Amino acid sequence: MALRTRARKKKPKKTNRIGLSRSAYRGHPSTLCSGCGHDAITNQIIRAFYEIGVNPYSVAKMSGIGCSSKTPAYFMNASHGFNSVHGRMPSVATGTMLANRGLVCIGVSGDGDTASIGLGQFCHLLRRNVPMIYVIENNGVYGLTKGQFSATADDGATLKTGVVNELPAMDCCSLAIEMGCSYVARSFAGDPKQLVALLKGALSHSGTAMLDVISPCVTFNNHPGSTKSYSWAKEHEELLHQIDFIPGFEPIAAVDYPEGEAMDVEMYDGSVIRLRKVDMDYDPMNRREAVRMLHSSAAASELLTGLIYVNPVAKSFLDTLNLCDEPLVSLPHEKVKPGPEILEQVMKDLM
Amino acid sequence: MAVAQTQTIVPQRDGIQASVVNDLSIQVATVNGSGSQSSNNVLMRSIFQMGIPTSGKNLFPSNIAGLPTWFTIRASKRGYVGCKREVDILIAMNPQTAREDVETLDPGRVVLYEERLKLSGLRDDLIYYPVPFSKLAAEAVRIPRLRKLVANMAYVGSVAEFLGIEMEQVEVAIAKWFKTKQKAIDLNIRIAHMGAQYVRDHLPKRDPYRLERMDKTRGKIIIDGNSACALGAMFGGVTVVTWYPITPASSLGEALTDYLQQYRTDPETGKATFAVVQAEDELAALGMAIGAGWSGARSMTSTSGPGISLMSEFTGLAYFAEIPCVIFDVQRVGPSTGLPTRTAQGDILSLHSLSHGDTAHPVLLPGDMAECFEMSRQAFDLAERLQQPVFVGSDLDLGMNNWMCDPFEYPTEPPDRGKVLTAADLERAGEFARYRDLDGDGIPYRTLPGTEHPLASYFTRGSGHNDSAGYSERPEDYVQLMDRLKRKYDTARELVPQPVIDLRDEAVIGIIAYGSSDSAMEECRDQLLEEYGIEINYLRLRALPLSPALKDFVAVCRRVYVVEQNRDGQMADLIQLELGEAGTKIRKICHYTGLPLDARFVTEQVIAAERPS
Repeated sequence: MALRTRARKKKPKKTNRIGLSRSAYRGHPSTLCSGCGHDAITNQIIRAFYEIGVNPYSVAKMSGIGCSSKTPAYFMNASHGFNSVHGRMPSVATGTMLANRGLVCIGVSGDGDTASIGLGQFCHLLRRNVPMIYVIENNGVYGLTKGQFSATADDGATLKTGVVNELPAMDCCSLAIEMGCSYVARSFAGDPKQLVALLKGALSHSGTAMLDVISPCVTFNNHPGSTKSYSWAKEHEELLHQIDFIPGFEPIAAVDYPEGEAMDVEMYDGSVIRLRKVDMDYDPMNRREAVRMLHSSAAASELLTGLIYVNPVAKSFLDTLNLCDEPLVSLPHEKVKPGPEILEQVMKDLM
Repeated sequence: MAVAQTQTIVPQRDGIQASVVNDLSIQVATVNGSGSQSSNNVLMRSIFQMGIPTSGKNLFPSNIAGLPTWFTIRASKRGYVGCKREVDILIAMNPQTAREDVETLDPGRVVLYEERLKLSGLRDDLIYYPVPFSKLAAEAVRIPRLRKLVANMAYVGSVAEFLGIEMEQVEVAIAKWFKTKQKAIDLNIRIAHMGAQYVRDHLPKRDPYRLERMDKTRGKIIIDGNSACALGAMFGGVTVVTWYPITPASSLGEALTDYLQQYRTDPETGKATFAVVQAEDELAALGMAIGAGWSGARSMTSTSGPGISLMSEFTGLAYFAEIPCVIFDVQRVGPSTGLPTRTAQGDILSLHSLSHGDTAHPVLLPGDMAECFEMSRQAFDLAERLQQPVFVGSDLDLGMNNWMCDPFEYPTEPPDRGKVLTAADLERAGEFARYRDLDGDGIPYRTLPGTEHPLASYFTRGSGHNDSAGYSERPEDYVQLMDRLKRKYDTARELVPQPVIDLRDEAVIGIIAYGSSDSAMEECRDQLLEEYGIEINYLRLRALPLSPALKDFVAVCRRVYVVEQNRDGQMADLIQLELGEAGTKIRKICHYTGLPLDARFVTEQVIAAERPS
């Protein structure tokens, strides 16, 4: 075939604040099923990182094993990615951040990877408050092994084959709050506007930001009887609030909201998460209230979404460990190898 | 079968005996948690400070307090540091075990004991010295809780008096042990003198054992292998340390934490140039070390057998995805919980090929304290050079017992950070394929997360991949990858510490040993030569993969005994696989009691095979 060339007028490409176009945040084409909720989440991750202007070279993309864990290959090709072992991404991500605190770490996991095989590591990650975003792409089933229930499947939910789940669901948000997580959000793959705002908020958080995102599995768990399907989520979603994210590098718009109609949460980097009231007053900095809300919404079979809990000043694990400001990987060898006089002193003490 | 000659001392009731000078072992039997650690340490150091080569072994139960524990101190003028099977002087403080301890002594040995235990009627071929230690303690101390602790220091004074240990040295050792606690120092010195005085006043010497000043410990240190490994790691520039408590490896992580806090806190900022994390389990401990190694840090974890089992999956990932990290295995007796406070070399096959699929890992096998230090440092160089997990296979005997050695030499060579490409390197090269073997040594180049270059990023995965790190299930990609990893293992063969070989004229029999088993080998070879006239060639393995030198060694021997501390002869199996036909020369000597290997055991095994009666 002959190659045709055509002179085209170059449109100036739209770029973000660090001069990158959105394509700089793209990954490989997805190999997931068409219509998978995970791909919708991937798009919002790309959007959030692009709009905030995160340097892709400084991003570490982490995952475990499962459909969700494949997705780091589908965004930000310019970043290093690590597809580790099933349920154990939290420890690998922890080590990564200990070694290089200059990185921006995002981990993508699934409900099996997090709440079944990976429950222990998930809990300890949250306890430590490792600085990273932890996204659970929650569909209630194992996709790669063809549709077995995971630990987040609701009691009474059915598989396509008619199998009924008779065990109680693990609620990742309540659990996260119990574990001391300092940024707990729930969202839905079908609600891009909310999701992107929560992701941006997560980017400006100093500790672990956990996003439990209901992400329907179109192949194995999108049927009537499923409680993780698109239609179920749409019908049962209850918004805690409308969320706007105002990054620290932008002036905060002086919009006047009537008293009690909006609440600003100031993040550690100066950004603001603005929460606008939907039906009720809700203070996401009140931990007890957050737990109560989660329990009552679960009892009412609602899908409660929004910023459920946040503690913007929680101490990150790196501060707990009193780590030096310079990333450990950048320390010159003379800084990490004590001199001969130290060895001599230690030897003298042993004589 | 020939009966091995053992040193037998016949008691002579008239009191005239040849003296035994600077060649004895003292066993102290106490109750776990009774504070005997201080007195045993003081006793050992007092002998050491007299210039007599000394080593100390702690045989303790898996228990906090109340169960029997034994501490054995060996003084050896010839400098033997291995375990001595026969106990010469028993210090019996534990009512629970006193009878059995006395029953197992060879004739002519000495029992120094708490008077209340009334042991003298048990046998009439031993020398008994009853001392009312608890009465002495009660006279000296009003507080009952303290009495038990100080009673132990009284036996130090008593045994010092019997053996001729200089009381000044006991005082120096007490001061060293209790550091700045002056009250404790004064009290313990007083009690030690009371113990000595009682012996002078009431118990004339009837045994042949004596300790006399020598000059063989000047400038030497006493250290345990876990501390030595910790020092090696610190001077190797470790920055991320992750661990989960487990006997007998805990003291490695703890010693390292202490050293790092002391010597690696930035004096200007007061901040740490290291991260130590006590993980939630061994899986997470290795996961963190792998994440840190992937990011370019020198990272490590330390554990023992059960932890090694748990680390299996992650080890496979780090092998396949080629991520450096160092794993210390302070081996204990398995399988399962096994004997958690006893020593073994039972993880050799596990370490060699931990994880599913085809895997093979470098394993460094330190044989003494200097090597615990040096190999721990070197392991970080190797891990980064080879881009894979490197094991340091220590054991409880090395790790938790006290060994005399020369002070460690400061490592002067620059670190080997391996094949890491910077942004500038990428710019020059113009291309980057993470898993491509450009140099023919099987070792590819890597970039670190955070590298500011469009070519830098790659996707790390434990699934099949091509040489550009892309996901691949293509058969040819898989074969190419696995063959390259094998090539890398062959490169490792040359890079790991090579065996130490000692060939003797006339020798046709060879012995191969490694790790803590080495501590018995000098004595064993001396026994075989002096008692049986058999010269022995000796090869000490220091690492896996096995060195090509192994074949040459076996070629010059008629038979080769592989001495190790496990039931099945795990290293012998690996050696036989390596040797092929020449493997028929290999014989196994396996010691798996959980106790440290003693020279006499090996000597007896060799003689049983070489001179069957």
